[in-house]
Amino acid sequence: MNDSIFVHDHPTTPPALPTDIPAECLRQAPLNLPNAAELDVLRHYTRLSQKNFAIDTQFYPLGSCTMKYNPRIAHAMASLPGFARLHPDTPAPAMQGLLQVLWELQEWLAAATGMAAVSLTPAAGAQGELAGVAMIRAYHQSRGDHGRNKMLIPTAAHGTNPASAQMAGFEVIEIPNLADGDLDMAALDAHLGPDVAGIMLTNPSTLGVFERRIAEIAQHVHAAGGLLYYDGANLNAILGRVQPGQMGFDVMHLNLHKTFATPHGGGGPGAGAVAVQARLQPFLPLPTVHKEGPGTLRWLSELDVPQSIGRLSAHGGNIGVLLRAHAYMRRLGRAGVRRVSAYAALNANYLLKELQRVGYQAAFPQRRASHEFILSVSDLHKATGIRALDVAKRLLDFGIHAPTIYFPQLVPECLLIEPTETESKATLDRFVAVMAQIRQEALEQPELLREAPHHLPVGRLDEALAARRLDVAALS
Amino acid sequence: MPYIPHDPEETAAMLAAIGVESIDDLFDEIPSRLQAQDLDLPEGLSEMALRRELEDRAMANSSLRCFAGGGAYAHHIPALVWDIAARGEFYSAYTPYQPEASQGTLQVLYEYQSFITRLTALEISNASLYDGASGLAEACLMALRIRGSDQSILVPENLLPSWRRVLDSVLGLQNIRLISVPYDTTTGLLQLPEDANAAALIVPQINAFGLLEPVDALTDWAHARGLLSIAVVNPLSLAILKAPGDWGQQGADIAVGEGQPLGIPLTGGGPYFGFLACRKAHARQLPGRLVAKTVDGQGREGYCLTLQAREQHIRRGKATSNICTNQGLMVTAATIHMATLGSQGLQEAAMTCHARASRLRALLEALPGITFPYAGAFFHEWVVRLPKDAVFVRDTLLKQGLLAGIPLSEWGEGASGDLLVCTTELLEESDLLTYREAMRSMLEAQ
Amino acid sequence: MSNIPETLRYSETHEWVEDLGNGRYRIGITDHAQQLLGDLVYVEAPDAGKAVRAAEVCGVLESVKAAADLYSPMSGKVLEGNASLADNPQYLNEDPYRKGWIMVLEAETSAYAELMDAAAYAKISEA
Repeated sequence: MNDSIFVHDHPTTPPALPTDIPAECLRQAPLNLPNAAELDVLRHYTRLSQKNFAIDTQFYPLGSCTMKYNPRIAHAMASLPGFARLHPDTPAPAMQGLLQVLWELQEWLAAATGMAAVSLTPAAGAQGELAGVAMIRAYHQSRGDHGRNKMLIPTAAHGTNPASAQMAGFEVIEIPNLADGDLDMAALDAHLGPDVAGIMLTNPSTLGVFERRIAEIAQHVHAAGGLLYYDGANLNAILGRVQPGQMGFDVMHLNLHKTFATPHGGGGPGAGAVAVQARLQPFLPLPTVHKEGPGTLRWLSELDVPQSIGRLSAHGGNIGVLLRAHAYMRRLGRAGVRRVSAYAALNANYLLKELQRVGYQAAFPQRRASHEFILSVSDLHKATGIRALDVAKRLLDFGIHAPTIYFPQLVPECLLIEPTETESKATLDRFVAVMAQIRQEALEQPELLREAPHHLPVGRLDEALAARRLDVAALS
Repeated sequence: MPYIPHDPEETAAMLAAIGVESIDDLFDEIPSRLQAQDLDLPEGLSEMALRRELEDRAMANSSLRCFAGGGAYAHHIPALVWDIAARGEFYSAYTPYQPEASQGTLQVLYEYQSFITRLTALEISNASLYDGASGLAEACLMALRIRGSDQSILVPENLLPSWRRVLDSVLGLQNIRLISVPYDTTTGLLQLPEDANAAALIVPQINAFGLLEPVDALTDWAHARGLLSIAVVNPLSLAILKAPGDWGQQGADIAVGEGQPLGIPLTGGGPYFGFLACRKAHARQLPGRLVAKTVDGQGREGYCLTLQAREQHIRRGKATSNICTNQGLMVTAATIHMATLGSQGLQEAAMTCHARASRLRALLEALPGITFPYAGAFFHEWVVRLPKDAVFVRDTLLKQGLLAGIPLSEWGEGASGDLLVCTTELLEESDLLTYREAMRSMLEAQ
Repeated sequence: MSNIPETLRYSETHEWVEDLGNGRYRIGITDHAQQLLGDLVYVEAPDAGKAVRAAEVCGVLESVKAAADLYSPMSGKVLEGNASLADNPQYLNEDPYRKGWIMVLEAETSAYAELMDAAAYAKISEA
């Protein structure tokens, strides 16, 4: 049943319009939104929710998304009226509770990453990346070094990296990865020079393996006058165990909606806090929270941080998301934070071994899995024409969300699998059993995969028709 | 171990299956000198202790009757809205890249897009941006892509200052010229030059002072000179104000705004969401996600993301925007909010906000020493000029449990006594009288 | 395997060129290209009167899963674009060498001779 909210409409009488607003400013055609009974609205959206896969109902091994449990206490705390009712223009003395929470989160994220200072304001990873590369640019310009207009980015990087660099006015130069997953040092060295502002990396990389030559890369880039940017999307692999600041990175962003368990919400909101070494601190985006003493916390402004790269949103960022991340870190504490990467690695390596045992091919069989790993089903493709997409769709029939597919683009017919630390051994074992069955189906009954999913409200959708027809709104 | 389900037997079995002795062995590819031992973090808390600590923090924020606006508004949110939006199936779902497993989220987004197009009277809406201010930056970039040549934008000086700063920060990175358009200090309204060379004119309705601009004339001015017009609007106001698609002869080209008034709690500043709508002809320049209706192999109706080739995960460096995660949960709540209120509820809320503003203004007009710098029509916000420093007045009234407004001096604007005051449907007549009395005592004291 | 008509010439960036005589050339993308791109949903090609340069980006080809640059195989001036592609982008997939043509250019004959023949294109596209 797929009814639309528009069928629940009842006629109403619109109120008389205000007399102290000139007629030419007022709405001409009356607003046409449906007026539905409250129970009908409740049922409509409740039933819609039941068509979704979610962490709360299904195992969701989406590589590089870190689909870990979103603790309910975090939502409850962020929703407390004392936080929820706060207007952003409330003067600092009347919001010391919130400022204390944000200040603590700044301190803890700095400690976890081995960096000197943090700004919590970017609204998502991509905005954090934009802030990060903008800070790199500001740093070079503050030193009179105006020719550094290139940013180096691995070919396997997440698409937001080149998009953010381009948005910040940089020219993007791609550096390839080698077959074993590490960065091509020769290509890196060939491109380093006085026109390079820096490099954007993640470690472990998007290929799911640790970049073993990171110290060397940092040394080469710094020697050429460039800075290193760390994309924190894969921080779950090393949280509490390795600090990006210690690896030689100068600036980074964190994805609080991945590593710090804030909800994915069907596509956000996220938060992309940035952390920097001391030399980039003057450029942090505003506002940040400053503690003068207990009970005297305040927002810093342009007067305090004149070299800041500026503001990325109207207020302090996604405060509600920051509240949730704070609650999560406070709950875990020092030992709990360290356990995140430990059990993320345990679950990933266990799954990697088990899936290989039932016949799947790892992209990097000699390497340890980080918090995620890549399988390639090229062998199935050669045998019966089955593609990674078909395996993904068939998994849905078993009530398991598909892993990330076709990213990174370097590995053909790949599945990027990240279980996260919050999944039990029983869930993982069931996943292995299902994957074994799908493998067998792929070889013996491939049409079961090609026509999957069979058991969901819809089957594979005609995406070409969607783009050609472009029916994107039920117009009045 | 909070949120870690493994018991020691399971852990041992898993380590054995992998073929290592301990979890530390799994990190043997990482040089040991990079592996930190002890982080400078406090010990963790039980959920009970955590709740106690955070309830204290929440209580340490003053509970205030809100008369502040300036882009963020205290509205009533029906209990239904977040009860559904926070359901695990919406709350913990991912971006709908596998559409068959995400028809709930996708249909909500389609309905959201539909509501926004009806509010704005434009043909296409995206599935959200981070907030109104960054959404305006994206709209400017979009206008520059459509126009192709001219790398400048006309930015009113009576646009909210925080939004102007975001434009400076984001557009400045690409060396885009922001040309300031002044406002008439007696009317508070935009003063356009005779001519201009730019890709677009930003038209705020309402402007930063709560005033209504002559949007038809402004839109026609832009089009007559070959500029696009970007409307910046409050979505709740569109329940009774003219929709951007109907401004002037041809309508605005792009409409953006802050979606927070639609069912999003204030929460100290975010998460909110930005909406963006445009003409169908510009669909391919639209930033952010877009959901379309289609059919599956058996002819069943369904929804999927579309025009993804514009986005960063495919187009990478040439994408229309770097945006990936947007504000999905906020948009879900906003859609349920709009459906719960319906056009009737939205119109009534907008009417009440405005009626309260008119009423409070009339009450204050009678107080000695109070003037209003701008005489023109407003919607639910206006500037009052006090005979005392507005920051001092605001801080004094705080102690009486009132957030009296936003002093314009904090924006670097206006006279020292200027205060931007906003009313919403949350306020009752008694609240307005309390405000008047507090202001009267304030002005009578030495 | 893809269809590579003998009568046409080809660029390295997977466009085909048909000699219409009198310095006029019709351009499209090859069968190999449409296979790689998948279901095409949109083409942005230069307007009539626009000048284009060989091996430079002159438009965009958008499919459900990818957006690829459209390169002009020759330098010249656009005389005409295929208006039917706006409502029927699937012609690029279904009939890339006839109904799916993209534009007609006015260009130098020498430029046409410098393009690859079918055999040479077959080598690079099937590599």
